[in-house]
Amino acid sequence: MSDLPILSLVIWLPIIGGILVLASGDKQANITRWTALTVAILTFIVSLPLWSGFDTSTAQMQFVERSVWISQFNIEYYLGIDGISMPLIVLTTFISVFVIIAGWEVIQYKPSQYMAAFLIMEGVMVGVFSALDAMLFYVFWEAMLIPMFLIIGVWGGPNRVYATIKFFLYTFFGSVFMLVALIYMYFKSGSFDILAFHTLKLTLTEQILIFIAFLMAFAVKVPMWPVHTWLPDAHVEAPTGGSVILAAIMLKIGGYGFLRFSLPITPDASSSLDWMMITLSLIAVVYIGFVALVQKDMKKLIAYSSIAHMGFVTLGFFIVFMIAQNSDSASGAVLGMEGGMVQMVSHGFISAAMFLCVGVLYDRMHSRDIGDYGGVVNTMPIFGGLMVFFAMANAGLPGTSGFVGEFMVILASFRADFWFAFLAATTLILGAAYTLWMVKRVMFGEVANDNVAALEDINRRELLVLGSLAVAVLVLGLWPAPLVEVMDASIQNLLKHIVVSKL
Amino acid sequence: MENIYLLIVLSPLVGAIIAGFWGGQIGRVGAHWVTSAGVGIAAVLSLFVLYGFISGDNQVFNGSVYTWMVSDGLKMEVGFLVDHLTAVMISVVSFVSFCIHIYTIGYMADDEHNWPQESLAGKNSYQRFFSYISLFTFSMLMLVMSNNFLQLFFGWEAVGLVSYLLIGFWSVRPTAILANMKAFLVNRVGDFGFILGIAAVVMYTNSLDYAEVFKAVPGLADTQIQIFGDTNWSLMSVIGILLFVGAMGKSAQVPLHVWLPDSMEGPTPISALIHAATMVTAGVFMVARMSPIYELSETALSFILVIGATTAMFTGLIGIVQNDIKRVVAYSTLSQLGYMMVALGASAYAAGIFHLMTHAFFKALLFLAAGSVIIGMHHKQDIRDMGGIRKYMPKTYWTALLGSLALIGFPGFSGFFSKDAIIEAVHHSTIAGSDYAYAMVLAGVFVTALYSFRMFFLVFHGEGPRDEHAREHLHESPKVVTIPLVLLAIPSVCIGYFTVDAMLFGDWFAGALHVLPQHDTLGELGKSVHGANSMLGHVFLSPPFYLAMAGLFVAWFIYMKQPSLAEKIKGLFAPIYTLLDKKYFFDEIYQAVFAGGSRGIGSFFWNKGDRKLIDEIIINGSANNVGRFAGLVRNIQTGYLFHYAFAMILGLLFLLTWFVIF
Repeated sequence: MSDLPILSLVIWLPIIGGILVLASGDKQANITRWTALTVAILTFIVSLPLWSGFDTSTAQMQFVERSVWISQFNIEYYLGIDGISMPLIVLTTFISVFVIIAGWEVIQYKPSQYMAAFLIMEGVMVGVFSALDAMLFYVFWEAMLIPMFLIIGVWGGPNRVYATIKFFLYTFFGSVFMLVALIYMYFKSGSFDILAFHTLKLTLTEQILIFIAFLMAFAVKVPMWPVHTWLPDAHVEAPTGGSVILAAIMLKIGGYGFLRFSLPITPDASSSLDWMMITLSLIAVVYIGFVALVQKDMKKLIAYSSIAHMGFVTLGFFIVFMIAQNSDSASGAVLGMEGGMVQMVSHGFISAAMFLCVGVLYDRMHSRDIGDYGGVVNTMPIFGGLMVFFAMANAGLPGTSGFVGEFMVILASFRADFWFAFLAATTLILGAAYTLWMVKRVMFGEVANDNVAALEDINRRELLVLGSLAVAVLVLGLWPAPLVEVMDASIQNLLKHIVVSKL
Repeated sequence: MENIYLLIVLSPLVGAIIAGFWGGQIGRVGAHWVTSAGVGIAAVLSLFVLYGFISGDNQVFNGSVYTWMVSDGLKMEVGFLVDHLTAVMISVVSFVSFCIHIYTIGYMADDEHNWPQESLAGKNSYQRFFSYISLFTFSMLMLVMSNNFLQLFFGWEAVGLVSYLLIGFWSVRPTAILANMKAFLVNRVGDFGFILGIAAVVMYTNSLDYAEVFKAVPGLADTQIQIFGDTNWSLMSVIGILLFVGAMGKSAQVPLHVWLPDSMEGPTPISALIHAATMVTAGVFMVARMSPIYELSETALSFILVIGATTAMFTGLIGIVQNDIKRVVAYSTLSQLGYMMVALGASAYAAGIFHLMTHAFFKALLFLAAGSVIIGMHHKQDIRDMGGIRKYMPKTYWTALLGSLALIGFPGFSGFFSKDAIIEAVHHSTIAGSDYAYAMVLAGVFVTALYSFRMFFLVFHGEGPRDEHAREHLHESPKVVTIPLVLLAIPSVCIGYFTVDAMLFGDWFAGALHVLPQHDTLGELGKSVHGANSMLGHVFLSPPFYLAMAGLFVAWFIYMKQPSLAEKIKGLFAPIYTLLDKKYFFDEIYQAVFAGGSRGIGSFFWNKGDRKLIDEIIINGSANNVGRFAGLVRNIQTGYLFHYAFAMILGLLFLLTWFVIF
């Protein structure tokens, strides 16, 4: 098994598959769909050995593939994963399967291009998570924009052009600064090896500049307040599948970037700017929580809720330094970091499910406006049960995955400062308020109008998608130990590394 | 033993899953059998466990079931702690739940009438209801059997979820779906404090396990922490109060009590099970379980005492002016929860748990009796429409009478022992606020008797029913309804007498509840009274008896003897009546301040922050600026050769000048 280049397979299988799907055209749409689904399922199966063959006892990179790519600049085709990237890769291949299924009958316009875009997207995102060469990472990073740009621009809603350009410019603007930082470090270290960057000596000024350059790229992706306004627009205009990938995976790339680049490369800058990161994270939780409350568009509401939930991720990552200061050891900091990671995976499931739920309604009613709904549970009881379940997960109910990460981060942030925990814990109230208020207006009550009365409950395809995600949310909520175990060694190692000054 | 404990929690869960997912296939009979059997097994096994503790065969069990997660050396587990306290709790929960499962068969029999005809949510609603109440039983059992804070929080939120689902069970009713959201959100306010309390515990003891935490807290008794600036706070007080905020939400203490009366929108069986007998007492149970922490902070105890006493008195007063039969009982529940909290605040944890137990029986009984009346009255709930029901529903009448006597603490009934013990314990307490609490709980006795018998007389006695339509069809409820009434009436009458010796004056709770010598109010009480008979012997020497009798008499006089008096009094004290009728305006204030306020803040942030400042000014603004700048620059690139030539000449001139000068 170990001889197989599994990572390359997981990257290139969907990309090549996507090109084939693209070439097959739209004449025989069903064959196209089945091909796409086969490719996605195969990719998921191929990615499973990454989990089963993963050695949880080490923080070393595993499944490493390394060969020269552009020798003049010392750029390598260098792949490898640790406990931080592996769960995210499996999450990507898992969610991609459901994105293909979710677009099955819904997408009638150019289905082959739609499916191809998602498959290529999948491979590129896995590439981002597994690249250990900074230039390779950057190529994947930028390549990710193209399919998403097309997905929103072609299959999006009425205001898709504004949204897709806003999305593109926002993220592109951020990543240019990252490129400068990467090239700077290449000149200092002589290679694009990310792991070599980790040990590269940098002065505080250099670190701060590099940190800010990375921040530009990652903060936009996460997204952190105040560079978050592209997200609600992008979500509202994106087709369901686009929203799912955007929320479930692409946002995680920002969080992943902090763990792979910002924290280990510029630990001193991270430490001296942690107050800023914590403040922005808490603004995301509280401010965005309030904003979500007044949304009238379901997708916007969930988009804002995503931003608030991602606030927990960045909070968990950046309270590390204060905990280390308070307790003279990094004890407790691991909890926050792992909490942030768990939150990313969990949010991958829950946000995907929430957007799919809205998609189910949108496919039938062609409206995302909460005011157009009411009493849906009377006509769609099975869907109602699932949506209430996901809403509860979104509100962080124990027993669902939504609780795990929030709980860990709140426990950890209490060690940093009482008030961090206090503000973070407001999500218990705010998260429940905006989610349940939406559920009340959409699902409960008497049948609001004839359109709702004519609704039909979800079909088997939709049940399969939502049901699988429900199982995932429940399993992760009832037994998160395996997930935490795979990341533990890598997080411990990362933490050991970043509390040591580079100066 | 571990297998028995697993079976106790899992059998209701299995029932809930089968009835929930395959309700359509197994049908109504299948659903109520499978869930009742599951809860029945749990009840029998719980009583078996309890018996084991009584006979002394059982050892305290403390073990883990599985490891939920290990992070950073912090072990998070799911596990059981079964001691004397747990044994009492699981027996009460599963027994009451079992009675209510049976009762529900009758109460929900015609549930399809509660749904619009075409509603698919109304299909199989009967099975779904059984699934929910079994799921509730599972959650509640997990809560009380937990041996750690994590699982406690799990159960805590899970019962909240089921409560949410059940209050809003009739989801087509606007009032029901408002009430369930309100209940969930108010509870979340409590949980907000609760989770911070847990975080504090974890920070200072590095454990979630009760045993380890309790072992560590004495060493932290003098720890001071700083929250606001440099002011020092006792860590134990902070933890105690934060955890208690959670209890205030779940056990509906002022000012987080507002959700409980509204929860009456749910079907009556769950009002009895969740919002009277079990879930709402979770806060009481939690504080008692945390007695090793609370004993170390008199501040927290005083806080509990004052909140509890306030709740006991002032929610009871509201009960006097309510006209909805279920709401009277709901306010009574609030008031009795206040009594339990007062007991905890006075360090009489055993008395709090004892009252929790007796209350579970007689209050479930009263709710079920109210439900029986509601069935008879064809879902009319206004007590002004009732009257004279005694003649039509004798079994309901007699069991309701027993329940009411237990509630007002009539000598010999179970409520007498538990309430008297609380009042006497507060009397012996010396911590701050105990005088206030004593006055409140004493006055509360009169109020309790007044509202209880006001309702009792108006519903069952006199001429009636006043509603003509109801009179024609009124008859006693079926056996599935009356048997649970009888089953609950038995402990309501006599459980106090038989258990008070062991629970309050014996060493039943010795290993489970922790009381410092200087707080031992029950011990003080034990010096003057020595058990059930001794308590009965003191009846005529203590004020509560006379207050209860006075309340009963006043209720009889106003509502039976001189019915015109009620209106006169109402007119005479109009402002007070309005204040009570409007429930001290809590709902109006909360609606304006919290609901309105958050929406206001949300709109402000969204419109001014996101849309105006960020999007319009910064993002689109800079995009526009780029556009404008490009527009300016475009003027230079005109495409006319002579413009470019002119620019070149200018440049040349400039360069030449440069060279000449430098």
